[in-house]
Amino acid sequence: MTSAVLNRVRAPLHPLHAMLLAFPLALFVGALLSDLAYWRTYHIQWANFAAWLNAGGLLVGAFAVLWALVGLLRTRRRGRTALYFILLLAMWVLGFVNALVHGRDAWAAMPAGLWLSAIVAMLAVAAAWIGYSGASEEGR
Amino acid sequence: MRLPVLAASVLALSLAACGSDPDPAQYGPNPDLPRQQSSLLPSMEIARPAGWGSERPTVPAGYTITAIATDLRIPRQTLVLPNGDILVAEGTGDTAPPLRPKDFVAGLIKSRGKTGVEGGDRLTILRDADGDGTYEGRAVFADNLNAPYGLALVNDGIYVANQDSLVRFDYRPGQTRASGPPRRIAELPSAINHHWTKAMAASADGRFLYVGIGSNSNITERGMEAEVDRAMVWQIDAQTGAHRPFATGLRNPSALAVQPGSGQLWAAVNERDELGPNLVPDYITSVREGGFYGWPWAYWGPNVDTRVQPQDPAKVAATIRPDYSLGSHVAPLGLSFSVPAMGGRFGEGVFVGEHGSWNRSTPVGYKVVFVPFRGGRPAGPPIDFAAGFLGADGRARGRPVGVTVDPRGALIIADDMSHTVWRVTPTAQRPAAQPPAG
Repeated sequence: MTSAVLNRVRAPLHPLHAMLLAFPLALFVGALLSDLAYWRTYHIQWANFAAWLNAGGLLVGAFAVLWALVGLLRTRRRGRTALYFILLLAMWVLGFVNALVHGRDAWAAMPAGLWLSAIVAMLAVAAAWIGYSGASEEGR
Repeated sequence: MRLPVLAASVLALSLAACGSDPDPAQYGPNPDLPRQQSSLLPSMEIARPAGWGSERPTVPAGYTITAIATDLRIPRQTLVLPNGDILVAEGTGDTAPPLRPKDFVAGLIKSRGKTGVEGGDRLTILRDADGDGTYEGRAVFADNLNAPYGLALVNDGIYVANQDSLVRFDYRPGQTRASGPPRRIAELPSAINHHWTKAMAASADGRFLYVGIGSNSNITERGMEAEVDRAMVWQIDAQTGAHRPFATGLRNPSALAVQPGSGQLWAAVNERDELGPNLVPDYITSVREGGFYGWPWAYWGPNVDTRVQPQDPAKVAATIRPDYSLGSHVAPLGLSFSVPAMGGRFGEGVFVGEHGSWNRSTPVGYKVVFVPFRGGRPAGPPIDFAAGFLGADGRARGRPVGVTVDPRGALIIADDMSHTVWRVTPTAQRPAAQPPAG
């Protein structure tokens, strides 16, 4: 019984992996909040913030995606690990599309940019939820 | 947004990559305005530089083109002085600081279309003392300027529009070197300076100078605060330096000229980008005092640009339709009224220097066109006057900027890619010998 419970304890993320994952979580959510502010105020600086936050999320998030991919290739039980990787990958790809949309001038980024930021932020939250719950089940 | 919008964007992206942007006959007073397009990646096609070699720009039969000065340091605009000397403004403006991730990428791509020559920040004077068409004399009239662009002669003064100030040199006919540093007449708006060029023309009576001040963005992406005193033509008192807006809503009035006879001010204006290959038409127009020409809220009359929020229906309704479309993205940077001495069908009208496009997969512009006038108004389609700046291999030999009509019967063209000043003359007519200048 005890050993069965222990078997189901998920290994925490490597601290460096956890730090990498923290960036897209915070930056993509920040991009969404900035887009919401632009949506409400028309003040262009919020659109600039959103573009940079999104770019930062992409930059550091790329390493988190790579780490998740390596983890996926190295684990034997793939269910949860695969879901984690797919969420991160979807977040990154849509985040990249969002970067192009945020490259449009002024309100041309809207409303597509706002919707994309919302989806990307949700994907980041979901990926972080699973990741911080323990990405891989170590079936010993 | 709905997913269909995203799908449409991806589709537009793939279409843009196909280069399917047929060039419509988009000139004249009533250009065809297609629907606005928005793609994930704006089309960016910068013609890479290549030397002229033994080639020359092509000119109509009966005309001859010669390079009268080479190895200049980014020549932009020219001024023909009463004794036939030609003054050349050389230089380049400061680069506006990148604001977004996009600006870094776009800056890298656009830099491929430039040469490594450093701007001269000076005025060079060219002289053909014996009137044989060879400009054997060359001297630096003034240096240590700040991206000089607009030039005008009023009585005994040469006015120069730097990127940040209007200055005046004393001038005596025949002078080849300024007698001293210039006097500052007025400050010009220069914060950020996204569009840095300050085009200039003097009123017929010499009392006023008109200075074109371009917008600080493509379409307000730096915020409306950055657009105070931008996208307009100033009228500046040549004596006192006092200024007032003469006309507004002109996105980038990059060339100004006063029509002989009527004294009417005309402008060549670069319109906004990233609405598709065939929007928005660049144009020439007579400039009405107090007139509003649309930027940023609208274009070509009441066509709303929804990228600008909040919208301003009153401004949209007030937007004046320009007189004559040159076509989208051609980038007119030079404007000069012709004289009968230019000969034949080129005797009445304006020459327009078209620097050439970047926001279009099939390049347009890269030539000097002539718009014929009748009764003081544009009449008929533009005619190529100097072409071949873009080679068949897709590489640019040069890019025309300022065009200036020499009243003796010649067109002077500044080429800021090959750093050359070209001169086009009617072949039959030898330029009349001038008395030695000085």
